Amino acid sequence: MGTVLNVLRRSTLARHTAAALAAIVALYFLTTAVGPYRDLQIAQAAYLTCAVAGLTVLTGLGGQISLGHGAFMAVGAYTAVLVIGHWGWPLAAVLAAAAGVTAVAGVVVGAVAARLHGPYLAGATLAFAVGLPGLANYKPLTDELGGQNGLTLVPPIPPAGLGETFPLERWQSWIACLGAVITLFLLGNLVRGRFGRTLRASRDDEIAAALSGVRVARLRITATVVSAAAAGLGGGLLAVVATLAAPGAFPLTLSLQLIAAIIIGGLGSLPGAVWGALILVYVPTWASDLSTSSGFSHNIASNLPLAIYGLVLIVVTLAFPRGLQGGLRDIGGAVRRRARKRRDPAPGPRASTSGPTTTHPGGADEATPDQAGARPDDRGDAGGRGERLRR
Amino acid sequence: MLEVKGLTVHYGAVRALGGVDLSVDEGSVTAVLGANGAGKTTLLRTVSGLLKPRAGSVELDGRELTRLPVEDIVRLGVAHVPQSGGVITELTVEENLRLGGLWRRDRAALTRRVAEMYELFPPLAERRARTAATLSGGERQMLALARALTGGPRLLLVDEPSLGLAPRVVAQLMAVLRRLCDEDGRTVLLVEQNARSALSVADRAVVLDLGAVVAAEAAATLAADDRLRHAYLGF
Repeated sequence: MGTVLNVLRRSTLARHTAAALAAIVALYFLTTAVGPYRDLQIAQAAYLTCAVAGLTVLTGLGGQISLGHGAFMAVGAYTAVLVIGHWGWPLAAVLAAAAGVTAVAGVVVGAVAARLHGPYLAGATLAFAVGLPGLANYKPLTDELGGQNGLTLVPPIPPAGLGETFPLERWQSWIACLGAVITLFLLGNLVRGRFGRTLRASRDDEIAAALSGVRVARLRITATVVSAAAAGLGGGLLAVVATLAAPGAFPLTLSLQLIAAIIIGGLGSLPGAVWGALILVYVPTWASDLSTSSGFSHNIASNLPLAIYGLVLIVVTLAFPRGLQGGLRDIGGAVRRRARKRRDPAPGPRASTSGPTTTHPGGADEATPDQAGARPDDRGDAGGRGERLRR
Repeated sequence: MLEVKGLTVHYGAVRALGGVDLSVDEGSVTAVLGANGAGKTTLLRTVSGLLKPRAGSVELDGRELTRLPVEDIVRLGVAHVPQSGGVITELTVEENLRLGGLWRRDRAALTRRVAEMYELFPPLAERRARTAATLSGGERQMLALARALTGGPRLLLVDEPSLGLAPRVVAQLMAVLRRLCDEDGRTVLLVEQNARSALSVADRAVVLDLGAVVAAEAAATLAADDRLRHAYLGF
């Protein structure tokens, strides 16, 4: 029994390693095939993936809402710029420092947040998101932090071995993509083990978790620290890609967009974090392309992108109440059931009834136990648990 | 083993327990009986640290528990199976069981204990990969008890295991509690409304009424006392 479990555990690690390597290869071909503009977009999606993945661990798995992850990104970005400016460390060390310093900020925020729930927690983290970027404009610190204009960063120089004409944007997107893959790999392994299980337990039933000997408060602080470190890395990568850290890059809307991304992607799902980050980057640009080519008057065309963006978000949440990842899983399950039905002409009653309920808009809230019963292959880890968030 | 002295617990201004004394011997089953609102659940929740008393003490082998957080009391070997629930519905049966013994940090022993639980409760073994949300009430109660046992507790606090279960399942659960005591030397503090089935397995019984102890006797003596039975136990 023990050896079987060990082999399974090792194979999870092997599976994650294989996925990470495959992602690196795919991203290599993708980034070399496209131009500088697309490379920058990929880089943006990559650094947002870091932050969204961190947030989905804390909010999706841990049930602790954070409206302050934009501020964690700001901490990471300023750390990266300051470390490069003062000490000129190599890039990998700079990014590690960005994650590390933000993790320390996470300890402070986590210690406060572990005592709070629901709206109080949202309020406290909201204050963090609104207040922290303002530090850059605080008089005694403006020399150090550059005030409203922020601090600029010397762009990273692609290694000479790649050739003299190697585009900077491609190099930046490689850095950001590598950061995102490493983040997802580390979080993926963390979430699969004891940490993820106890985190889900403490979200589902705090008292039962405590009675099982789980140190709930400490666990929540750890989750905040892990989550903050990921967001800090995302922020550091943002600074490297944008070659700038300025308060304007970390408005409250960034924090809210991160929340939207984890919900759209699928709460608690790391692949969902990638979907969410992609939506954040591509839907606004797609919407503005669409409205400029629509031939409407300037007044309409300039306001249309926001409307389209909002519409897309509404449609996605209605169509996939458990997020894009949850939706994909449902579709995959339906396809598998259909294939099974074709092989075996006498279908079970459940196979034919479970399809429609999953597309019901309120399904995520109302039918969680039923859904879990209808789909034994879905272990309920990624479900759209709006219920928990509102608690 | 467990000494409760002068325990007073309030919910805001409402007094739930007023100076309760209780003594539980090692390796025995002690039943706590009484009507709704007598303070039985409050007593258990205070022992396990979920509630903090206004006055009085709870000592486990001479060690004061009332100031410790829940997780530390669990680590001293006190496992609480709460009334209806105590399972993490979105984790699988297997994950729930492992969760109960996770704090011991001994993987091999944990795997062994989980296997023992599947032997003790065969229905759980058939559903080990299902989420706890899909279990029936009786299976959930079994899982809650099994989860508490994977931590290897010395003192087991069980709150109304019979709630909403068929008489036959109740009898099985009671038999399991008796066996845990006789064969493994565990101590059980059992809260029950269903006095008859609790008295059938208990060594001693304590009757609570309106937050105070009105009787503490050997189970057989109590079962034979018509006056007490009629007044407080309703049979």
